[in-house]
Amino acid sequence: MTTTTAASADPGERTVRKDSPGAARGPRRTGRIRRIGLPYLLLLPALLLELLVHLVPMVIGIVMSFKELTQFYIRDWGTAPWSGLDNYKVSVDFSAPVGKALLHSFMVTVGFTLLSVGLCWLIGTAAAIYMQDTFRGRGLLRALFLVPYALPVYAAVITWVFMFQHDNGLVNHVLHDQLHLTDKPSFWLIGDNSFYALLVVSVWKGWPFAFLIVMAGLQNIPGELYEAAALDGAGLWQQLRRITLPSLRAVNQVLILVLFLWTFNDFNTPFVLFGRTAPESADLISVHIYQASFVTWNFGTGSAMSVLLLLFLLVVTGAYLLLTSRGRKTADV
Amino acid sequence: MRRIRAAAAGAVTISLLTAATACGGGSSNGGGSNDSPKTLTYWASNQGASIEIDKKVLQPELDKFEKQSGVKVKVEVVPWSDLLNRILTATTSGQGPDVLNIGNTWSASLQATGALLPWDAKNFAKIGGKDRFVDSALGSTGAEGKDPAAVPLYSMAYALYYNKKSFADAGIAKPPATWDELVADGKKLSKGGKWGLGAEGSNVSENIHHVFVFAKQHGADFFTADGKADFTNDGVVAAVQQYVGLMAKDKIIAPGNAEYAQNQSVSDFAKGKNAMLLWQSASANLKSQGMSEDAYGIAPVPVQSGTPGTGTNVNSMVAGINLAVFKNTKNLDGAAKFVKFMTSDAEQKILNTAYSSIPPVKNAQGDSAFNSPSNVVLKDTLAKSAAALPQVADESQFETTVGTAVKELFAAAAAGHPVTTASVKAELEKAQQQMPKK
Repeated sequence: MTTTTAASADPGERTVRKDSPGAARGPRRTGRIRRIGLPYLLLLPALLLELLVHLVPMVIGIVMSFKELTQFYIRDWGTAPWSGLDNYKVSVDFSAPVGKALLHSFMVTVGFTLLSVGLCWLIGTAAAIYMQDTFRGRGLLRALFLVPYALPVYAAVITWVFMFQHDNGLVNHVLHDQLHLTDKPSFWLIGDNSFYALLVVSVWKGWPFAFLIVMAGLQNIPGELYEAAALDGAGLWQQLRRITLPSLRAVNQVLILVLFLWTFNDFNTPFVLFGRTAPESADLISVHIYQASFVTWNFGTGSAMSVLLLLFLLVVTGAYLLLTSRGRKTADV
Repeated sequence: MRRIRAAAAGAVTISLLTAATACGGGSSNGGGSNDSPKTLTYWASNQGASIEIDKKVLQPELDKFEKQSGVKVKVEVVPWSDLLNRILTATTSGQGPDVLNIGNTWSASLQATGALLPWDAKNFAKIGGKDRFVDSALGSTGAEGKDPAAVPLYSMAYALYYNKKSFADAGIAKPPATWDELVADGKKLSKGGKWGLGAEGSNVSENIHHVFVFAKQHGADFFTADGKADFTNDGVVAAVQQYVGLMAKDKIIAPGNAEYAQNQSVSDFAKGKNAMLLWQSASANLKSQGMSEDAYGIAPVPVQSGTPGTGTNVNSMVAGINLAVFKNTKNLDGAAKFVKFMTSDAEQKILNTAYSSIPPVKNAQGDSAFNSPSNVVLKDTLAKSAAALPQVADESQFETTVGTAVKELFAAAAAGHPVTTASVKAELEKAQQQMPKK
């Protein structure tokens, strides 16, 4: 497969080389150097920034997780005493309150992420397929669909806060006053319902991204495939199952991974919705770690929890990439 | 090709993941200096009804200071919700303002970080001495036995605000003096979509202020004498149960108040939806919401029995704002001059009038501007029956954990679940276990 790609790429490169002065001096040699070195050269600025912006703070975070970092040392955290694995032990001791709360928050986050990503994908895909057909007002509708994606998170979520309010909120007004679906107005921002409130906002915010990506993916499926299938007598459902979904496979892999990571780590939505301390039923792990670090000032424990979360996400991502690439290999063969 | 793509995907993945990890950190240098004597930066807490109003109040005073001293003060008004985080960040990075406002309950917690300039005798001498300040205000400037970490700037106390018309309509002659009376009055007032009392159930700090007072009235404390968390003693449990019970059992607080955290109960009071409100220095806020001053009365917060006083008849926390100086300021002398200016008799009168608070400076407190009936209630409370929140390094954690426990209990009450001794104890136990072990 690699050879075919290289061979097919060659003619194109040659035409470009004709114009460049460097190519006139030694076409073959510079070409090889360029072919090997250029991608890395192009990656270099990104890698440097990556190092500065992410890797350095990450290493610092890992160091912090082995320290007893509380308000007494925060000003000069380098002097905080080493605590070995204590922060990790506290975090994973599920019989003690800190570990128990972390486990609870983790389980809530897993359930929330699966539901949110699933719904985002489903709604996004359905909308994208629906928008494939040309009809009057399609452009307008497409733009409308993207509004949640384009709005600043804070403004959007604070509007939801108003809508979810117990006494004056639109949600209770519709569900209780107009449709009479509930005996009395429900609480959405405190108590058990807050999980669903969070889910609604998360899906509302997330599905346009799925829509956008799937729509782009759909553009790449040749129309002839559908025509041929239709000629062979395949119905809409069969076309969806046998052409659309398999063709979207690569797109979906990336989409679901990205949605998963974003949703799992989402901090803005719960923070704006519930403030510094989230209700137990909607205690997402990012806010939980924030609370451990910045609200109860246990920065060491908070860092340890972050590292654990990072490891978990790395494992999940790795497993996911491995599984999906193996799937693709078998598909190639 | 595929390898590069995998590498790129890996890089993207890591960058997404690391968003979850690590708060940057650095070390800061030691003491302050006078390297930059011409300017000061000042973080003011949001005191007025809006940040704009604060700027309008403060700017003319800062201009006055510049004229006197030649030091230009750059002010930034920081909303309450951001203030503690901003201070923590400044503490970690060493890149903070020169002078800043802190909530007085945070004094001991922030003192423990070592980032604030200690107010020893020498520093106090620069601003006219410690004796100029009221004792109760000095009680919340840092841990006992240590030099204060800040200087009192505005003092406040809780009072009972009551709607005169609602009281008259319900045939209630005078404001309640005990909780039994308050509950009885509240039941008379809670009808027709109106409620007896307002509360701010999701506001963690507000919860703490109230249960602290209730605990004092039950003769209990949240910390043992040697500073250990003791959240589950009988007195504390009874106190929390009594406070949340005003909604759960007595039903004089609207269930909807369980999700209030943005001062909605003050708006409700201004609109006449609640007949009573337990609040600190609400006058300016009520005025800005169109409630005229003769529409409401101010009385001391009720006690269990008898009259407010020291001991178990404490009926308010010592509320207020302190002024602190960052240790690593580049303008030590200027900062001292600025603190002296802000706590001078004249400025204390101007600022505390604007914010409807009480001056913590004795001379200014005696001024006729602070002798209105409502101010007398607050002054009396501060002098006789207010107590400072525990001045321990863990205070900030205590506010969060116990305040959250009360928030969860309010949520349960709002959903119609009973709030029992056992359920209160369970929440408080969880809060206590979340406190850092020392």
